[in-house]
Amino acid sequence: MIAIVDYKAGNLASVKKAFDYLGHESVMTADPSEIARASKVVLPGVGNFEATTALAGVLHEAVVKAIERQIPLLGICLGMQWMFESSREAPQLRGLGLFSGECQKFPATVKSPHVGWNQLQVSGTSRLLRGLPQDSFVYFTHSYRAPVVEATVGKCEYGGAFSAVVERGELFGVQFHPEKSGAAGLHLLRNFCEL
Amino acid sequence: MLTKRIIACLDVDAGRVVKGVQFSDLRDAGDPAELALAHGCAGADELVLLDISATYENRSTLLDVVRRTARQLFIPFTVGGGIRSLDDAAAVFDAGADKVTVNSAALADPSLIGRIAHRYGSQAVIVAIDALRVSNGKVMSFGVKATGGRHSTGRDAVVWAREAERSGAGEVLLTSIDRDGMRDGFDCDLTRAIVSAVNIPVIASGGAGAAEHFVQVFREGRADAALAASIFHLGITPIGELKQDLQAAGVPMRWPC
Repeated sequence: MIAIVDYKAGNLASVKKAFDYLGHESVMTADPSEIARASKVVLPGVGNFEATTALAGVLHEAVVKAIERQIPLLGICLGMQWMFESSREAPQLRGLGLFSGECQKFPATVKSPHVGWNQLQVSGTSRLLRGLPQDSFVYFTHSYRAPVVEATVGKCEYGGAFSAVVERGELFGVQFHPEKSGAAGLHLLRNFCEL
Repeated sequence: MLTKRIIACLDVDAGRVVKGVQFSDLRDAGDPAELALAHGCAGADELVLLDISATYENRSTLLDVVRRTARQLFIPFTVGGGIRSLDDAAAVFDAGADKVTVNSAALADPSLIGRIAHRYGSQAVIVAIDALRVSNGKVMSFGVKATGGRHSTGRDAVVWAREAERSGAGEVLLTSIDRDGMRDGFDCDLTRAIVSAVNIPVIASGGAGAAEHFVQVFREGRADAALAASIFHLGITPIGELKQDLQAAGVPMRWPC
């Protein structure tokens, strides 16, 4: 069972819908005991970094325990940004710090938010991206971006390079929305389901 | 490279897709969920569902239609029409929308934009602007209309677009009332005026009839995305063919997809 952590940020149902379509059982939940039983955890999210305050307390603990159990964890968009140390969007808050660095705004030379279909440059060995063609189009919508770090396995160019996919062990993060990226996104989610 | 987007729009009235000319003379064009699926498969980059009667008849968006349509889609899905409060927006997000458009309610109270953006992020809030050419002697400007093009607001489209951006809008959906349903090309002057005024993506709408119109609105109008309805529903311009034509003309497209 895949637990989709429900912290009331954005469109969670679309992630569940994609798992339904792929024939993998998932549940949207804010119940720590359900997260404790899950075989995989997804941190979804669209929205302001401040929305992650809803992840404080018991949910935060539940996610940390899942990481300790070394089950696959996938952060999507805001969920991925929360896996970094912090974000300029809400500097008073801390992220999980699983990946180093701070999320920052796009430079003024490009429009923000970065909205639309952009290409994924696969730049490392990745279980999540297995079988996905180089330069696949995926759908982005975000105003802040994560830096390119050691764990970056997929980059995207928009006013400079940023992390589109990070991966280390059982930790995975994607800045784009695989549940909104047509066939390419479903391919990635299937890879996650089959880990 | 970030591509230009081709967005298919479903104007929905009483649960059916309709298409009008210059915002009136509505005709039935099919079932929203079926059309959404067909457009997604054909290569649409996004889908927009506008409940065009919601504001006028003072009722909330048809959540069932949203839910049913969302089930079929693995591309971004935007819903608008009748969203007057954060609660209205939340209901639409819960039903499966990724973004909402606000129009009349935001004109009445621009703080609505910020309230939705604060909770869901700016990228989830599109301010829809229905604009009309206003000729004042030699000077040409663009006025803003509310409630589905029914009421004048006295606002200038460029000024309102800037205010919408400052208030937290993530995109502007710009519809030319003059060109709506005419299929004789987008209003590139209007589009360029708004694109130049803001730093958020602008979706041009109203007037799509042929591939060359899209080339024009991307080149001359500098639009980030272009939206069309009837030419896709009625099969006048298959989306795949359109994208290939645009790609051949040098416009970056997600194709094949």
